[in-house]
Amino acid sequence: MSEVAELVKEEKKAEPLFSKKNRKLISNPLDSDNPITVQVLGICSALAVTTQMVPALFMAGSLLFVTVFSNLFISLMRNTIPSRIRIIVQLAVVSLWVIMVDQLLKAYAYDVWKQLSVFVGLIITNCIVMGRLEAFAMGNKPWPSLLDGLGNGLGYGLILLLVAFFRELLGGGALFGFKVFEAIGIKYQGNGLMLLPAGACIIVGIIIWVQRSLNGYREAH
Amino acid sequence: MDLINLGIRSIFIDNMIFAYFLGMCSFLAISKKVKTAFGLGMAVVFVLGVTVPLNWLIQEYVLNPGALAWLGADFSSIDLGFLQFIVFISVIAAVVQLTEMAIEKFSPALYGTLGIFLPLIAVNCSILGGALFMVGKNPPFNLAQATVYGLSSGIGWMLAIVALAGVREKMKYSNVPAPLRGLGITFILVGLMSLGFLSFLGFSL
Repeated sequence: MSEVAELVKEEKKAEPLFSKKNRKLISNPLDSDNPITVQVLGICSALAVTTQMVPALFMAGSLLFVTVFSNLFISLMRNTIPSRIRIIVQLAVVSLWVIMVDQLLKAYAYDVWKQLSVFVGLIITNCIVMGRLEAFAMGNKPWPSLLDGLGNGLGYGLILLLVAFFRELLGGGALFGFKVFEAIGIKYQGNGLMLLPAGACIIVGIIIWVQRSLNGYREAH
Repeated sequence: MDLINLGIRSIFIDNMIFAYFLGMCSFLAISKKVKTAFGLGMAVVFVLGVTVPLNWLIQEYVLNPGALAWLGADFSSIDLGFLQFIVFISVIAAVVQLTEMAIEKFSPALYGTLGIFLPLIAVNCSILGGALFMVGKNPPFNLAQATVYGLSSGIGWMLAIVALAGVREKMKYSNVPAPLRGLGITFILVGLMSLGFLSFLGFSL
């Protein structure tokens, strides 16, 4: 551990804490390297928990917590993990943090925990967490890894909230449970399609379309 | 009869992809060709069919409150429920690793087609999702039901990925707007297919 601590110190001396490179680690996943719309990771929960804003917010928070800490811890241990069994080591570390989130939600936000059901547990196999551990934390120092986890967690949360915003607004005419359309005096008949799995897929497809039209990212067939 | 009903339900109505969105990452990434999609689908059927009953046994005899009573009266008050995630995922990772080694040894041909997909499956959410859904069922499953549930969920997943791969192969010939190409249109496709699967909703044996 002391060795690792020294590494961190060197890192800090070599470049400022929020150098340009490190800032990029946070800002890139928000747009040009977004975990959901570009890297295609962590789709399952993005579609399943987004019928309303509140569970989506809790899910985004939980995932942020898990990616940040598992990235940090795997990065601290990266030199001692034998590569043949690294997947199982990573899974063990990730599930440790997920169990913590699960118990916390169960204790302090029971209703949301009920609503999220198996999807809190499924953060373990959320490809964002595993993907970032494999692609980044295994080969980088703790501080950049932590930032990378933070950036990707935020990028995921951004899309999650965006999808939930449209689904709750169009599907139920509400935001965070507050009836928006009624409040401004319009009678709104909720669109049931938006609450179905199909609606979520189509919204994500359209978000990808808009995002790629804006940033010019193209995919060959 | 009950088992057949459960099987049909989990293949078509509670389809892993179209009803729960589990295993979407590999579903989207490996559905470009029908052949590879079929290979991955078979691997998922196999792993789900083995791990769901295995996790059922573990839940029943180790994790449930008081499940350890068979070790002696002293153990009957222990509740290991909070270890569920870590135990399940370890079982899945271990089974996947074992399967990979066994297939590599006994059937190199099958290993050639499945081999590269097997490690991916450990982190496919449909596997852990299947185990967690199985535990949450009310009334609780017995071993036979758990096995059927695992196998048929896998078959449903395979059906979905092969169907999507078939559609995507044909997509090559259509003129999709450039920014929508690839991932975007695939999402919309999945949405439309999921709408189609809704028509099974009123279906019961």
